[in-house]
Amino acid sequence: MASAKEIKGQIKAIQNTSKITKAMEMVAASKMRKAQDRVVAARSYAEGVKQVVANLMQAHPEYQHPFVTERENVKKMGALVVTTDKGLCGGLNTNTLKKAIGILKSQEVETEVYTIGRRAGAFLKRFTDIAASVENVPDSPEISDILGVVGVAMERYLSGEVDEVHLVYSEFENTMTQTPVSIRLLPCSIPENATHTGYWDYLYEPDSKEVMDGLLRRYVESLVFHSVLENKACEQSARMVAMKAATDNAKDIVKDLSITYNKARQAAITQELAEICAGAAAAG
Amino acid sequence: MATSTVKVLVATAEREVYRGEAEMLVAPGVAGDLGILPKHAPLLCALTAGELRITVGAEEVDEVFVSGGFMEVQPDMITVLADSAERATDIDEAAALAAERKAEEVLAGKQDDVDYAVAEAELSMTAARLAWLRKKKKH
Repeated sequence: MASAKEIKGQIKAIQNTSKITKAMEMVAASKMRKAQDRVVAARSYAEGVKQVVANLMQAHPEYQHPFVTERENVKKMGALVVTTDKGLCGGLNTNTLKKAIGILKSQEVETEVYTIGRRAGAFLKRFTDIAASVENVPDSPEISDILGVVGVAMERYLSGEVDEVHLVYSEFENTMTQTPVSIRLLPCSIPENATHTGYWDYLYEPDSKEVMDGLLRRYVESLVFHSVLENKACEQSARMVAMKAATDNAKDIVKDLSITYNKARQAAITQELAEICAGAAAAG
Repeated sequence: MATSTVKVLVATAEREVYRGEAEMLVAPGVAGDLGILPKHAPLLCALTAGELRITVGAEEVDEVFVSGGFMEVQPDMITVLADSAERATDIDEAAALAAERKAEEVLAGKQDDVDYAVAEAELSMTAARLAWLRKKKKH
């Protein structure tokens, strides 16, 4: 059995660790609330774009933009995968990446990925090509942080380099549950919530093609931006839960070690007493 | 006759900037300023950097600065999907100046095409914003 002194050192070390995990838990809890607020704040734009695109498609059903036209045979598929930059957030990234691998293997075609977050790049480079990536997305992301990587995905799709692009990320359900989800980003499904039905058309300025092209791009960008915001909320809640588990675990270990420490201390006293007694008997 | 109003929503990808009822809205369209009154025919238009003047009442005008984007007009609703936007009260001249200087520095350096395009866009926006701030100060 380890000496009492050694065990005491171990207890101290574990207590220090649990202080850190406790602090991280509290930081994650406050960041989670802010991240959720951001998801809500971004909703008006996302819904606005969706609405306009829906109305546009309703008014213009004959015009086929490449972003909404299905391609018959898919030769190469792309996936935009959203993960976190840092670890210590439980199984969040593992689940997302598992989903991504599932998507990439679902059709027997060539693949490539565009990654957001360091974890996706580090893992996926073993399986497929990485065409674009962005790392260190700040806690309060702005849409400009992701335009580069989304731009690459859109260009590769338009040039016919890839025929489908999927988006994989984690969706925030509640503090305990984050679900990995995937949607087909390109060609994108047309939202069906047109507010103004019947035969009518917009006036366009400068012209319908240009406006439609710009709007569809923004629609795709807003879908990706939404996924990044969701993923941020997931990251913080997953981290909060993971750190709470770590703190609880540390408490259990300290409890066990304290018992071992007391036993070791008692054994040492008993032994000392026995030695003294034996010594006294021998002298007497 | 009671003046009619139209709902106005200005949003960027990150947040909602403005929501309210307006009697008139003047927007910086790519081909020139557009004035929109309630019950306007449906219109979709690309916006350039400039100010959005929202007439709320007889004397009241709210101003929002947009860097570009799109505007959808329906008879009862105007939705401005801005690339970035700020309320007049939030614009800080010092910050605008600093941003302009930074954009010019990057332009002078001209590292590569991507940076160049970004910087150029940023410069045109901050310049427009500053011009507007100066105009306001004169009044």
